[in-house]
Amino acid sequence: MLNYLWAFMILIGIIYGAFNGRMQEITQAAIDSSKDAITLCITLVGVIAMWTGLMKIAERSGLIKKLTHKMKPFLRFLFPKIPERHPAMQYIATNIIANILGLGWAATPPGLKAMEKLQELNKDKTTASTAMCTFLIVNISSVQLISVNMLAYRSQYGSENPAEIIGPAIVATLFSTLAGIIFSKIMMKGYMR
Amino acid sequence: MFLSDFMIPVVFIIIIVYGLLNHVNVYDTFIKGAKDGFRIVVEIMPTLIGLMLAVGILRASGFLDALTKALTPLMEHVGFPSELVPIAIMRTISSSATTGLILDLFKTFGPDSLVGRMTSIMMGCTETIFYTMSIYFMTVKIKKTRYTLTGALIATLTGIIASVILTYKVFGY
Repeated sequence: MLNYLWAFMILIGIIYGAFNGRMQEITQAAIDSSKDAITLCITLVGVIAMWTGLMKIAERSGLIKKLTHKMKPFLRFLFPKIPERHPAMQYIATNIIANILGLGWAATPPGLKAMEKLQELNKDKTTASTAMCTFLIVNISSVQLISVNMLAYRSQYGSENPAEIIGPAIVATLFSTLAGIIFSKIMMKGYMR
Repeated sequence: MFLSDFMIPVVFIIIIVYGLLNHVNVYDTFIKGAKDGFRIVVEIMPTLIGLMLAVGILRASGFLDALTKALTPLMEHVGFPSELVPIAIMRTISSSATTGLILDLFKTFGPDSLVGRMTSIMMGCTETIFYTMSIYFMTVKIKKTRYTLTGALIATLTGIIASVILTYKVFGY
C-alpha cells in the first residue's frame, strides 16, 4: 500500500510541478525536507525518550499492571461472552492501556495476541466474532491520554504552548470511543436476538 | 485550559511517587527507558525522511494547494477547513504519511493556527482504520469483518466532528 502511495505522491508532484514550471522549487523541497526530517528527529528523540523513561518507571513499579487490572469490570461490560480468566482478556487490557498511555509501538504485539486468542473462541474461523468486532472498533477509536509525538511536532514548529491541545484532545477522543462503544453494544444486542 | 496545563505534571507526580513507594530506583529506570526511546526514534527516522520528502515535493509542485482550493466550496459551509481534508483521508490509510502532511501543515500555517490546533486535536482520536483492520484480521485469517468498518468509521467521524467543534469552542474562533 505505502509502496504505491509513496511513489504516487512523488510522481504526481514532479509531473504536476513540471506543468507549472516548479522544477526549481521541487529540487529545493527535496533537499530541505530530508534535512527537516532529521532536525525534527532531534526534537522527537528528546520528547519520546522523556516519555519512554517515565513509562519505564510506571512499568517497573507495577503501575501499568495495576491499571490493566483495573480495566477488568470495563472489559466484562464490553466482552460479556469471554470467560473472565481467559488470556484474551489480559492481552486486550494490555493493548488498551498501552494505547491510552500513548505507547502505540507497545500496543500492537498484545493486540495481535488478543486476536489469536479470540480466534480460538471463534466458531466460524473466517468470519469475525462479535468480540473481535468490538475489540477492533474500540482499538481504532483509541482513547489517548497524551499524544507525545504531537507535542514534539508542535514544539518543533514553534508553538507557544504545545500542550494546550491536551485537554480538548482528551475530550474529543472520549467522544469517538464512546460512539464506538455504543455502536458495538447496539450491534451486539442485534446479533443475540 | 486547566486539563492541558496539569496533565503532564500530574502524570510525572503519580508515576514517580508510585515508583518510590514501590522501592523502584526511579532515576536508573528512567535512564533505561529513555534509551528505549532513542531506539524507537532512530528506527522511524528513515520512514520520516521518505515521507517528508514525498510530501515536500507534493507541496512544492502546487498540487496540495490546487487540491485544497478545489475542495474549499464543498467544505466551507460545514466549517471544516479544506486544508485538513487530505490529512483526514490519509489518516485512514497510513500514519507515517499523515505525519508528513501534518508537519507540512505546521510548517505552512504554524501549529497555533486554527488548522494547526484542529489537526493536533483530531489526531488523538483517529486511527489508521484500513491499515489496522488489515493487520489485525490478516494475522488470524478472517475474511468477513462484519460491522467492524462501519463502527470504526462512525467512531472516527464522531471524533472529527468533536475536534472541529472543540477547536472553535475552546480557542474561541
